[in-house]
Amino acid sequence: MGGMFRRLGDLLAAGWLMWGPGRNGPLPWHGACVVAKRELAAYFATPVAYVFIVIFLVLAGALTFTLGGFFARGQADLMPFFSFVPWLFLFLVPALTMRLWAEERRHGTIELLLTLPLPQWQAVVGKFLAAWVFCGIALALTFPLWITVNVLGDPDNGVVLTGYLGCLMIAGAYLAVGAAVSAGTKNQVIAFVLAVAICFVFAAAGSPVITEFLSTRLPVLAEVARGLSVADRFGGFTRGVISLRDLVYFGSFIGFWLFVNAVVLDLKKAD
Amino acid sequence: MAALIEIEKLTKRFGSFTAVDEVSFTVDRGEVLGFLGPNGAGKSTTMRMLAGFMPPTAGSARICGADVVENPVEAKRSLGFLPEGAPTYPEMSVTGFLRFTASIRGFSGTERDDRVALAMAQTQLEGVRLQPIETLSKGFKRRVGLAQALLHDPPVLVLDEPTDGLDPNQKHEVRELIRRMAPTKAIVISTHILEEVDAVCSRAIIIARGKVIVDAPPRALETEGRTLEQVFRALTLGQEAA
Repeated sequence: MGGMFRRLGDLLAAGWLMWGPGRNGPLPWHGACVVAKRELAAYFATPVAYVFIVIFLVLAGALTFTLGGFFARGQADLMPFFSFVPWLFLFLVPALTMRLWAEERRHGTIELLLTLPLPQWQAVVGKFLAAWVFCGIALALTFPLWITVNVLGDPDNGVVLTGYLGCLMIAGAYLAVGAAVSAGTKNQVIAFVLAVAICFVFAAAGSPVITEFLSTRLPVLAEVARGLSVADRFGGFTRGVISLRDLVYFGSFIGFWLFVNAVVLDLKKAD
Repeated sequence: MAALIEIEKLTKRFGSFTAVDEVSFTVDRGEVLGFLGPNGAGKSTTMRMLAGFMPPTAGSARICGADVVENPVEAKRSLGFLPEGAPTYPEMSVTGFLRFTASIRGFSGTERDDRVALAMAQTQLEGVRLQPIETLSKGFKRRVGLAQALLHDPPVLVLDEPTDGLDPNQKHEVRELIRRMAPTKAIVISTHILEEVDAVCSRAIIIARGKVIVDAPPRALETEGRTLEQVFRALTLGQEAA
């Protein structure tokens, strides 16, 4: 319990240092940035990055043009693409995060990383940031889709932009879940399956099947389910709406799971 | 001035198993402490707690006055730690890896490059500086881990089996290195090689079943014409029989 409060204190102190006045010497986020840089380079030093990006682009393209009916719809927007991204990320993001801590444990480097003079939250945030930037790169590489709609028609590029922002938010949310799960197990398969399951709960919570089922029996829970649903929040972004509520939702969702990540890491360090 | 390493009644329990049982000792500047004991005696666990990786169940450890639990970043700044098995990121190059640890320790620009170069010179790594670590032999990997621990010239060094996997020449080099650094630092090394204790350590602690059973200079242990090995066997086997 004491450790939990100290962790919370660390987080608050980090926030204060980031926005507060004490900006002398190395930046307080320095350690997190160094970790993120190393981690990002590691993605590209192994086939992980290329496999992930290629599969993501192939699936995103294929689904958009076939099931999404990109041409048949006759509308110049990226709706078909955006509607598949949460489901693609549901499987691809946990594949990215399953190795995040599990691999550090396997190589024993977790012992090295956590005995370097950086607060533990910075290691957690650094790893998360690297994965998030990586997802950003993968999303950015779908730019031919954006070019295509602009050549064929006259889409609202503001809506396209908020849609991409929404995709990034979804990626962040799933990444935070996956990273926390990965901190809890040495086994990458378990990390993957658990992360997919948990992300699926949050993705499906707002779907009509679930909410209708709940609203006939437990109307209160239906509201809760809709409130917790990642997909519901994402919908706003794809319609071109950036609401503060949605940003706060994703921010606190990510913050919560990063906090869980740090706590789990503390508890599981011993094995 | 307090000792650089202070360990007080450090205890670690895993469930009902007590891996480290109220271990206490201090190490001063200029001392090289050899940490001996059979496999599973609690050497690595003690070192992990001292390095601030594992939280102790009870007791405390301080490095240069900073408690490893209360003030971990401060304590880790003064520490060079070689974890068991010398873990490194396999896909990184030697230079890249050392630069990474140097950056986290707050070095940048030419100072960082100078420190990386010096650490590589001290551990004879210049020949492989651009090779990915996964392509290196066991001895080289161990020295990369060692270079990482020395890079910031810390007052406290904790090295878990620093010479494991090295050939006799490399072992000799590492021992020379430790001897050279000894006067200005507090050093703890764990080892299974008893001759190493004779060669570099000013003090030896033998630990068995989580308890310290001997804490004395190696010379004092070898009285009555017994070798260190005989002493070690008598003490640790006796413990198991008891």
